[in-house]
Amino acid sequence: MTDVNTQAGASVAGPPMVLAEQVSKSFGSNEVLKSISLEVRRGEVMCLVGPSGSGKSTFLRCINHLEVLSAGRLSVDGELIGYREANGKLYEMAPKEAARQRRDIGMVFQRFNLFPHMTALQNVMEAPLRVKGLPKAQVEQNALDLLARVGLAERSSYYPAHLSGGQQQRVAIARALAMEPKLMLFDEPTSALDPELVGEVLDVMKGLAKSGMTMIVVTHEMGFAKEVADSLVFMDGGVVVESGDPDEILTNPQHRRTQAFLSKVL
Amino acid sequence: MSSNDTIRPAAGASPTPAGSNDSEPVKAIRLRHPWRNVFAVVLILGFALFIIDAAGRPAYDWPAVAQYVFDRRITQAALNTLQLTVYSMVIAIMLGVVLAVMRLTPNPVVKSLAWFYLWIFRGTPVYVQLVFWGLISIIYQSIDIGIPFMEPLYSFETNAALNTFTLAIIGLALNEAAYMAEIVRAGLLSVDKGQDEAATALGMSWFQTMSRVVLPQSMRVIIPPTGNEVISMLKTTSLVTAVPYSFDLYTRSRDISAETFNPIPMLIVASIWYLFFTSILMVGQHFLEKRFARGLGDRQPDRTESTQTGAITGTLPVIGGNQPTVVRPAPGGLPPINPPPRDPGPVNPGSGDVK
Ligand SMILES: Nc1ncnc2c1ncn2[C@@H]1O[C@H](COP(=O)(O)OP(=O)(O)OP(=O)(O)O)[C@@H](O)[C@H]1O
Ligand SMILES: [Mg+2]
Repeated sequence: MTDVNTQAGASVAGPPMVLAEQVSKSFGSNEVLKSISLEVRRGEVMCLVGPSGSGKSTFLRCINHLEVLSAGRLSVDGELIGYREANGKLYEMAPKEAARQRRDIGMVFQRFNLFPHMTALQNVMEAPLRVKGLPKAQVEQNALDLLARVGLAERSSYYPAHLSGGQQQRVAIARALAMEPKLMLFDEPTSALDPELVGEVLDVMKGLAKSGMTMIVVTHEMGFAKEVADSLVFMDGGVVVESGDPDEILTNPQHRRTQAFLSKVL
Repeated sequence: MSSNDTIRPAAGASPTPAGSNDSEPVKAIRLRHPWRNVFAVVLILGFALFIIDAAGRPAYDWPAVAQYVFDRRITQAALNTLQLTVYSMVIAIMLGVVLAVMRLTPNPVVKSLAWFYLWIFRGTPVYVQLVFWGLISIIYQSIDIGIPFMEPLYSFETNAALNTFTLAIIGLALNEAAYMAEIVRAGLLSVDKGQDEAATALGMSWFQTMSRVVLPQSMRVIIPPTGNEVISMLKTTSLVTAVPYSFDLYTRSRDISAETFNPIPMLIVASIWYLFFTSILMVGQHFLEKRFARGLGDRQPDRTESTQTGAITGTLPVIGGNQPTVVRPAPGGLPPINPPPRDPGPVNPGSGDVK
């Protein structure tokens, strides 16, 4: 499933949700991603693991064009990210078009990044109202439903500062879902949480995975990877070291670097 | 960096609730500060003496103060000063926002231009700038609007188009904009980069991100120094005589005292009005600060709540609970699933105004 040339997933339901072909990214002379190729099928949950600095966040940020690629191509749902292709040439996208692409890709951050000057409800309503310009009553109803879905119906009028970390992260997930994305990116969503709050966020993510959402999750929660993920990718030093079935990799890692990493986090 | 599975607290190790058993209140004789009291008494006495003396001192001429404080010329001048302050501050803030954003763009030309503006307008005295603006009609006799090197679309005489009041506002505003730009820039930089990123990731445009997410949050940092600037501007308007504009509060009271040969009461009259406006501005600033502190003020209410019992009832606290707080029924029945959105309700620490 991480092989670019695999046709199995594509034949079932159109193009793969995410297709990365030799994606590279450098910051100055520091090459952070080195020719990464992988594929995420529609409805697939992929866990991305690896040591700090291996480029996991950078890769996620490339997918929704928060970072610009140095080389390679990346497409989401068959659509090239950040560029338009015409007559065999690539044209850089206008900010407006890039913003339109980002609407369909939800992102959840390690540090929640909720808007602190808005209540939970306002946080969830903001993008559908301003970006999609949907009618307020509909947006509000939808937002309340989403908050209920992440178990925070009663907290809708709270400001983020008055919510626990786990609650904030659940609001952040609801906020991303409010745009009805076809792909969700999670960048270490539980790493900033107190251990006892990790479970509630993972539960929401499990529910989301069950509902058929395509997800790429950067995480150190190997239990989650084992239980929920369809595939697991181990990155180190900007390259994909090993990828495949989570159970397989976690119980029987082939590569020495994978073994070394897993022995530390498991 | 962040493998948090390493240390997990043993299940059931919940913190003990505070204040469950009564402990003795501390009974101790309070430490006395005799010198503190003596010092306070001396200060109060000294101040009282000054007031009593001032009330009877002929040079202050209080009857004249009373006579002139509501003099039509003075009240009109006070109004002019207020207008100078408000108009120039409004322009300065808008221009300051533009300059601040210019300084933060990646475009080096735009950046340098903003820097150059700051260099000029902060590097020369306001007084000098105001004199310059007064001489503008000598430097530029007419102002042409249109395409360069072609017949202008509009052309007007500088002298006729810009009276001294307008020039005073331009002079004050352009100078102030340089300072406001730095204040706004500091405010924008104070907002976490993650906010920008979250908004962008939601598909918001640069303008939406700025106006809806970054600027409102930077207000908390921007407002206090801006309040200072407004008050400072109120007093700087006394320099507009350099333009020369002579109908502001200070210049007008000087002119009156030149007729009456009695300068001191007129200075007091002017000061009373300056103080009056300053006080109003301070009240306004207070409310603005409260308005933009929403959700950003107190960061750990879970902790403080237990100490400030009263308005907030005990349904909220989450901390210390081992189980996630997914829909915990409030005592006395299930809460409504869809509460009215803006209803403050009994348990709403969010409405920062009732802090
Ligand atoms: N904006 C940037 N400018 C320069 N270097 C950067 C930038 N962002 C990331 N890097 C570098 O890229 C490398 C990979 O960073 P990245 O955040 O993708 O790692 P990560 O795998 O997410 O690590 P972590 O587990 O710590 O989050 C790091 O060496 C980092 O210093
Ligand atoms: Mg990271």
